Amino acid sequence: MQAAEFVMPGQRADAADAAHQSHLDEAERLMTVCNSCRYCEGLCAVFPAMEMRRAFTAGDLTYLANLCHNCGACNSDCQFAPPHEFDVNVPKVLAEVRNDSYARYVWPGFLAPMFHRNGLMVTLVAALSVAAFVIGFAAWHDPAVMFGTHTGPGAFYRIMPHNTMVAIFGAAFLWSILAIVMSCIRFWRDIGEPAATLRDPEALAGGAHDAATLKYLDGGGVGCMNDSDKPDDNRRLFHHLTFYGFMLCFAATSVGTLWHYLLGRDAPYPWWDLPVVLGTLGGIGITVGPLGLLTAKFRRDRQLMDESRMGMDVAFIVMLLLTGVTGLALLFLRATPLMGTMLALHLGFVFGFFVTMPYGKFMHGIFRGLALVRYAAEKRRHLG
Amino acid sequence: MERPVDFTQSYDVVIAGGGNAALCAAIAARRGGASVAVVEKAPRFYRGGNTRHTRNMRCAHDSATETLSGPYTEDEFFDDLLRVTQGKTNPDLARMMIRRSKDMLTWITEQGVRFQPSLGGTLSLGRTNSFFLGGGRAMLNALYRTAESLGVHVVYDAEITDLELDGTRFVAAEVTTPQGKRRLPGHALVAASGGFEANIDWLKEGWGEIAENFLIRGTPYNRGSLLRTLIGKGMQQIGDPTQCHAVAIDARAPKYDGGIITRLDCVVFGIVVNRDCQRFYDEGEDIWPKRYAIWGRLVAAQPGQIAYIIFDARSLKLFMPSLFPPVTGASIEALAGKLDLDPAALRATVDRFNAAVQPGQFDDTILDGCHTEGLTPAKTNWARRIEEGPFYAYPVRPGITFTYLGVAVDDEARVQLAGGGRAENIWAAGEIMAGNVLGQGYAAGIGMTIGSVFGRLAGEGASSHASR
Ligand SMILES: Cc1cc2nc3c(=O)[nH]c(=O)nc-3n(C[C@H](O)[C@H](O)[C@H](O)COP(=O)(O)OP(=O)(O)OC[C@H]3O[C@@H](n4cnc5c(N)ncnc54)[C@H](O)[C@@H]3O)c2cc1C
Ligand code: SF4
Ligand code: SF4
Repeated sequence: MQAAEFVMPGQRADAADAAHQSHLDEAERLMTVCNSCRYCEGLCAVFPAMEMRRAFTAGDLTYLANLCHNCGACNSDCQFAPPHEFDVNVPKVLAEVRNDSYARYVWPGFLAPMFHRNGLMVTLVAALSVAAFVIGFAAWHDPAVMFGTHTGPGAFYRIMPHNTMVAIFGAAFLWSILAIVMSCIRFWRDIGEPAATLRDPEALAGGAHDAATLKYLDGGGVGCMNDSDKPDDNRRLFHHLTFYGFMLCFAATSVGTLWHYLLGRDAPYPWWDLPVVLGTLGGIGITVGPLGLLTAKFRRDRQLMDESRMGMDVAFIVMLLLTGVTGLALLFLRATPLMGTMLALHLGFVFGFFVTMPYGKFMHGIFRGLALVRYAAEKRRHLG
Repeated sequence: MERPVDFTQSYDVVIAGGGNAALCAAIAARRGGASVAVVEKAPRFYRGGNTRHTRNMRCAHDSATETLSGPYTEDEFFDDLLRVTQGKTNPDLARMMIRRSKDMLTWITEQGVRFQPSLGGTLSLGRTNSFFLGGGRAMLNALYRTAESLGVHVVYDAEITDLELDGTRFVAAEVTTPQGKRRLPGHALVAASGGFEANIDWLKEGWGEIAENFLIRGTPYNRGSLLRTLIGKGMQQIGDPTQCHAVAIDARAPKYDGGIITRLDCVVFGIVVNRDCQRFYDEGEDIWPKRYAIWGRLVAAQPGQIAYIIFDARSLKLFMPSLFPPVTGASIEALAGKLDLDPAALRATVDRFNAAVQPGQFDDTILDGCHTEGLTPAKTNWARRIEEGPFYAYPVRPGITFTYLGVAVDDEARVQLAGGGRAENIWAAGEIMAGNVLGQGYAAGIGMTIGSVFGRLAGEGASSHASR
């Protein structure tokens, strides 16, 4: 392998900074080109936001990069796309700046190296987490319990006591939320938007609407460009399945928590009960959605992508997928001797997912949401 | 499905070119039931010549639409055309084209092209011109998708280099491909292969040696080879080789294909001097959209075919940004130094201009009447002293958009014969026959109107001819 594999951590940070700077330089060049062209103005939010500026600071570029949904339309529509000598490739360059931004604002900062080979890092964390649960359960219980058949309320808790589960997952979750909030503060400061915008209900509603509908993942109305310049809407569909699947899983967990503490009812719940219905639908979403997204990713025209970050993207999608698959497996096998094993696997992936949220591709949704809120505010300021 | 042209087959309609005119013809001919081969000289990425660079088309319409801010009647369109060409148009053809342009908005939408309101910075065209969502390449991609789904066959990297005629009847095309020369027989030919603006030698026939200093804003592939062949084989020529659309673009632009982003909209805010530091035309004669198309010729007439737009800090943000940053100097002399101009001469010209500026209320949104007194040439609007550093300059050269010399056609887009009468089975559309409508001058968006209206007519005519 190249010598770069063996550099000291400090040097590696320098290299990342240099790469980031060159991505910013290229993004600035492109925004200057696009701002004198503007043909793509109607395709998405990036170009109108660009037109509100004449010069582009690093913060502006980071903001624009996070507004971009990588639908690819502006590449197949661009008369200056490679091989033209102007070499205009907005989707790719904004993807690079965007992907840099997750590491740039990460909290705590010393965890930035998580992003150097993010695919590997996330895989390691996931593997460790799964291994910890499997080994932990095995060490804790004698095989009769671990491979026994447990049914009825409280069955799961015979494998892992509810309070232990709450303590471990609660701590992981709170840590991740804290880290995400800190990253968001750094991001928001750097793009240079006043904090007041985050208290502006219209901006929040506008951003939420555009994020929830993936308004800008439609290539200006016809869908994404994928393996050719013939658009389709599949990525948006699969992203919706993934996102809403994720939200349903989240809702399932929340309802389950309420059931537990308010109604005093213990999991596992019967198949018709709300947490199970939500969880099943969500599980299907985060299984089918990521499968579709993965297929689309591998088929996609490489020219549109930040290939160096392929690992990060794939790791995130696969984490979701495995969380979904193990969750569904747990549902189907919960009355069998495999329940203990499936529970360990599922909890392992969920835990791994939680702790890597601030340190991986998950952040794209958060920063994009914030960028869309800013865009909603900017648009209104600009028009009126 | 993309299907390549099959050279072992004879097609009902052979189409030369791959831009707007060619694709409108191909779609119309295919919808008319003909088998269609599109022969495009450029490689796939560069397909569609100058159409790739466009952003809008001008069509008459009786009322405002979702994307057009108000009505634009046939009469108003015709008056605009008469004004810009100073009457040098074929009025019957022009009227016919304008009448048919009305339908075009719906027809072209049916072929998958989408429109949007006028782009930022082009509000003055919001009523008359329909802007393509995503620009000309998006428009082209939509036309190609439609053509392909209808079963039109397309070959790239293939130039029609000669025609086999029986008298004046088209029999087959000689197609030069990377694999060698192929013969492509057909029942009808639509010539939609653009102008000859990328052929500097041909430009020289009209302009002389100075054409060497021209920049070509669009495709390097429009070299007029088929146009030459047609004229050489007895088709009637129209227009002269100096007539073209030419604007002043950034002198640092590449020789070919720099497109829209090298244009400069700041002439009205400063003064324009030649390499001897002399002004040569009223920079504030009229609003910029009405004047930008004369500056190519004006600069072409200057020594070395170069000029410099000079303005000061106050004007820097009044116009659309462009690709290259302006050249900057803390003083007029420093600026002159960077431009390789004589500092004293530039200083003298700026001083003379500044001294001639009359007091007034500068307003870039209207004809503000701020003018000079006792200066030749005068500046009649937006004359404001150039005094607040830093000072800026853009070097400019003539940028040729497209040429007008072409073949004469009738109101069915049928090519006319030099000896009288019309060709039996040859049609022409787009730049290659623009001179029928544009004797001189230009109004934004007409290039695409000419291509679409005559392209569709040509395709319909050619397919009904072939099915007879
Ligand atoms: C920067 C720029 C911006 C413009 N903006 C606008 C605008 O906004 N609105 C507007 O109306 N007009 C605009 N124009 C003008 C417009 O581009 C042309 O009028 C229009 O594209 C002409 O269409 P066409 O199909 O005739 O030619 P083209 O689109 O140029 O297509 C000609 C095709 O023929 C091919 N070809 C050439 N020779 C041969 C041969 N021998 N055999 C086979 N193929 C051949 C070429 O490769 C090319 O693909 C602009 C032009 C430029 C350069
Ligand atoms: S991506 Fe290309 S076509 Fe789109 S605005 Fe930028 S330069 Fe223009
Ligand atoms: S890839 Fe799509 S979302 Fe991103 S800038 Fe281009 S058109 Fe906009």
